[in-house]
Amino acid sequence: MIPVCRLEDLPEGGSVRIDTAPPIAVFHADGELYAIDDTCTHQDASLSEGWLEGCLVECPLHEASFDLRTGRPTCLPARRPVRTHRVTVDDGVVHVHPAAEEGTAA
Amino acid sequence: MSTVNGMRTGSGMRTVTVVGASLAGLYAARELRAQGFDGRLVIVGEEPHRPYDRPPLSKDFLLGKAGEDQLALSDVDETLELGAEWMFGVRARGLDARGRTVLLEDGRTVSTDGVVIATGASAHRLPGPALTGVHTLRTLDDARSLRAELLRGPRRVVVIGGGFIGAETASSCAALGHFVTVVEAAPLPLLPQLGPEMAAVCAGLHARGGVELVTGVGVAALRGDTAVHGVELADGRVLPADVVVVGIGAVPNTGWLAGSTLALHDGVLCDDGCVTALPQVVAVGDVARVGGARAEHWTSATAQPRVAVRNLLAGRAVETVRPLPYFWSDQYGSRIQFAGRRKDGDLVRVVEGAVEDGSFLALYERAGVTTAALAVDRPRPFTRVRRELARCEARPVMQNVAEPVAL
Repeated sequence: MIPVCRLEDLPEGGSVRIDTAPPIAVFHADGELYAIDDTCTHQDASLSEGWLEGCLVECPLHEASFDLRTGRPTCLPARRPVRTHRVTVDDGVVHVHPAAEEGTAA
Repeated sequence: MSTVNGMRTGSGMRTVTVVGASLAGLYAARELRAQGFDGRLVIVGEEPHRPYDRPPLSKDFLLGKAGEDQLALSDVDETLELGAEWMFGVRARGLDARGRTVLLEDGRTVSTDGVVIATGASAHRLPGPALTGVHTLRTLDDARSLRAELLRGPRRVVVIGGGFIGAETASSCAALGHFVTVVEAAPLPLLPQLGPEMAAVCAGLHARGGVELVTGVGVAALRGDTAVHGVELADGRVLPADVVVVGIGAVPNTGWLAGSTLALHDGVLCDDGCVTALPQVVAVGDVARVGGARAEHWTSATAQPRVAVRNLLAGRAVETVRPLPYFWSDQYGSRIQFAGRRKDGDLVRVVEGAVEDGSFLALYERAGVTTAALAVDRPRPFTRVRRELARCEARPVMQNVAEPVAL
C-alpha cells in the first residue's frame, strides 16, 4: 500500500504519477479515484499527462485511449491493456495498492 | 459512422490488394475488415518483416531500450483475425492501366477489384559510390545495421541533415557515447516547420547533448575509398567520420506506378478523399498526395485509411480527410510536439512555462487566430490546444461531407 497524496490535493480532473516500478498514474475522474499503469502500452508516454474525458484517458502522444475502470484500450494504436490498481482513501490520504506483477507471488 | 454506402457497392468487390505492409497498409487492412469487406484481402510488403512501427527506430531501438518484438504493430491474434494473404519480401513493379492487376517483381500477378496504395517513401541518398559506414535510417534493416556499427566502440559520427530523424539519431548516438556532429545546410534545422524563433530553440538542444551543430553549409562529398573516413563540406572543411548518417528526407515510392494511368507528382495524386484517378484505387500514408499535400506524418498514415477505405468500398469519394498535421520528436531527453498549420510570418509566443526552463507551450498566431502549437515537455496543455485546433478545423470540412458523420 503506497501513500500518494492528500485527497484535497487531487481534485476532480487531476492526476498524479508515482515512481513505482513500473510507474503508476492515479486519476480523480468522474467523481472516482482510479489507478492504472502510467506507461502507455503502445509507446513510451506517461498517461498521467493524458487527456481525461469521463472514465477515459487519452495518451498524450498518439491518442490511444484507455478505460480507467478496466485498463482496456478503447482504440488504436494501443492493443494491450494497462494494469489497474486498487485505490483507497484512509484518513484523507489517497493510497494505491499495486496489483501483483504477473508471474510473481502476491 | 454509417457504412451503408460502403456495403452497397463494396459487396461487389471480391479482392482488394493493399500494396505496402507498413503503418498505413496495416491500418487500411484493418479498416477493410472493420467496414465489412469480407472478400479476399492481399497484402504485399516489400520488406521481409511483418508490420512494424518506424518512429522508435531512431530512438529506443537504436539505444537498445526496445527490441524488435516491441516494434510489432500487430500480433498473432489480429493477424489471424484479418484473414489476409500476406506476401512479404516482394516488391510491386506495376499496376495495369485499369488498375485491375498488380504485377510483382518475382513475376507473379494479383488480379484485384480494388487497390490500396501504401508503398510509403524511401530515404534520400547522397549521390556517388556506396561507402561502408554510410547509413540511412528508414527501415528496420537500416536501424539494425547502424546499431551493429555503433556497438563496436566509440565512433566519430557525422549526421547529415538536422531534421527530426537527424536530430533523434544524433541524440541517440551521443547517448551511446559517440562523438557526434550534425551538419545542416539551412541556417537552422527545422526552419520551414517551426519558423526561426522555435527552430533556434530546438537547435539549442544539440549543445545540451554535447553534439556539435554545423549550419548554413552543405555537403560537397563523402571522403573514402571503400569505407567512409570524412565528410567534405562546401566551404572546404573536412569533418573526420567513421560513421555517416544521411537524414535528408524521403522520396515517395511511386516508381512502380510509372506505367499506370495514375497521376504522379511527388506522390500519388488523390482527391481529398484519398481516391486516385481510378475510383477503385486509393492511396494512403507517405506515398499519397491528398488534396494537393503530402504529409509524412505518422498520424496521417493512421487517419487516412478509414476514409480511403470507405471511399474505395463506396466506389466514389463520399468523405474527405484532412487530419490536423501533428508530429513529435524525442531528443536529448526532451519531447517536442507540434500541431497545426504554421505559415511564414505567423507570430509565435510562449504562453506557458519558459524556454530557458526546457518546458513550455508556444502558440503561433495569424491575425489573432491560433494556427499552430509547439510544446517542449508540456504534454497536457499541448493536447488541449491540439484538440481545439482540430475541432476548429473540423467544422468547415464537415460541411463538405456528402452525409453527416457521427463523431
